[in-house]
Amino acid sequence: MEPLIESFNYILQNIINALQRGSFYAVISIGYSMVYGVLMLFNFAHGDIFMVGTYIGFGIATVFLAVLTGLVPPPVIFLATVVVTMFLASWIGVFVEVAGYRPLRQAPRASAAITGLMIGIIFETTILIMLGAKRLSFPPLMETVNYHIGGIYITNVKAMIIIISLLLMLALHAFIQKTKWGMAMRAMSYDFLAVPLMGVSINIIAPLTFAVGAGLASVAGILYGQAYPILDPYMGVLLGWKAFVAAILGGRGSIKGAALAGYLLGFIEIFVATIFPSTLRDFIAYSIILIILTFRPRGFFGMEHSTKLRL
Amino acid sequence: MTALLDVKNMTHFFGGLRAVHNYNLNIAPRQIFGLIGPNGAGKTTIFNLITGVYTPTEGEIRLENKNIKGLETNEIAALGLGRTFQNLALWRHMNVVDHIRMAHYSQLDYGLLGAFFNSRACRDQENQVRENAHRLMQLFDIEKYADDLVTSLPYGAQRRVEMARAMATNPKVLFLDEPTAGMTPDELVKMIRIIRQVHQDFNVAIFLIEHRMKFVMELCESIQTLVFGEVIAEGPPEEIQNNPQVIEAYLGKEDMT
Repeated sequence: MEPLIESFNYILQNIINALQRGSFYAVISIGYSMVYGVLMLFNFAHGDIFMVGTYIGFGIATVFLAVLTGLVPPPVIFLATVVVTMFLASWIGVFVEVAGYRPLRQAPRASAAITGLMIGIIFETTILIMLGAKRLSFPPLMETVNYHIGGIYITNVKAMIIIISLLLMLALHAFIQKTKWGMAMRAMSYDFLAVPLMGVSINIIAPLTFAVGAGLASVAGILYGQAYPILDPYMGVLLGWKAFVAAILGGRGSIKGAALAGYLLGFIEIFVATIFPSTLRDFIAYSIILIILTFRPRGFFGMEHSTKLRL
Repeated sequence: MTALLDVKNMTHFFGGLRAVHNYNLNIAPRQIFGLIGPNGAGKTTIFNLITGVYTPTEGEIRLENKNIKGLETNEIAALGLGRTFQNLALWRHMNVVDHIRMAHYSQLDYGLLGAFFNSRACRDQENQVRENAHRLMQLFDIEKYADDLVTSLPYGAQRRVEMARAMATNPKVLFLDEPTAGMTPDELVKMIRIIRQVHQDFNVAIFLIEHRMKFVMELCESIQTLVFGEVIAEGPPEEIQNNPQVIEAYLGKEDMT
């Protein structure tokens, strides 16, 4: 009986770890899918938008902790950091759309992809120039508390990461389903032609989409900073690519798919690491995803064929 | 009498190809106006030029005496030109009621904060939209499909969804691009009835492209015939029907097929 419970606990423990890891991938990959849905291009600067968002979160958190500690309880500081960071980071998204992609709406898709990569490099080097190459450490926004439930360990930080990510996705779902902008975004993912003819301005919807993606990524950044409190200008590259893989695996343009694939990625990575040496983790995990994509090239929820007209 | 929609000397080139030449149009309030012509004559191009999908190379377009040439497509739509498409441009995987709610976009002016806090203005406007959508779905006889995805609807119903969506933008002129294409005779009769009803209830002018002569003759007060981007005849239905040029260019060909 004992070993059975032990291995059950072991699995449960890893499920929680996988949920935490998957939360980052899910929240970030949504940004890729939303932009693809609306403009039919992948914003390759998104990983670096995540990075800039994390740095903004770092700045806001540092300031708020210095000014507000003692005045208000820690959860308020945390919430204020999230809200202000989201607001500021969403303007990074707007900037990327207006300065980077808008002039290239009529240009071949490759130009837009390259622009994204260049914006990413510009962001990385800007941070490098401003803050130097040294790694910064993200200040903890709450005291870590360990809970021991049954045979598994969970910290309040881990629980918070998982819960806040889920809440963000629920909020996004409501936004997409209920508001006029969300409906316009959904409509845009089916065609470009009729949407403006119904009185909707692409020049509002497109930057708003980038803004939402960037806002989500910045919260992911704050949460990431709580779990792995090291910031460096290239932190967005690998995470960005992995989230991009999740967006493809979920089906291009599918928000639901991106979120699910993000969690799946977390699960695959964590469980591969429990069986194989951790140096082989990404090698094996992404081989598995490659095999899945071979059998489902459109991902989980990709549209069978798009009738979408490109402007 | 001032025209509701006034197009003067509109010419458009696609590269070196002259698609529309010296086109004039004058639609009075509440008028039903028809545009006919053989395939490739440039009828849909004219729709695209007036509704702002393309900006004409030359010419002038005025809606209620206000210049609309060169405005953004969405601005023109918000000013009062609503339209449907020859090859249905519905949003697959969106349900019918969302299509119609979506088309109210330019009439909703609540902000992001209002939406976030579900402000009174936001709630009131959304309720208004829901009511209006309900009324439109009733009128177009698509109420029973309200929560269905558009792709699952019969073809004729899809056309009616498109038209309901166009009416939801609260247009002054409704552009219908071949509203009966691919319809069964039953659906056709229904469509004529609905167009008449819309015309009556909404006080709207209608500009329509059509291939079925019976349909055009029955509905339109005035008709233009377009051949190779130029209007060769304009007038009331009886006159157009008997115009030898029109018969040669258009009706003659159709009779042979």
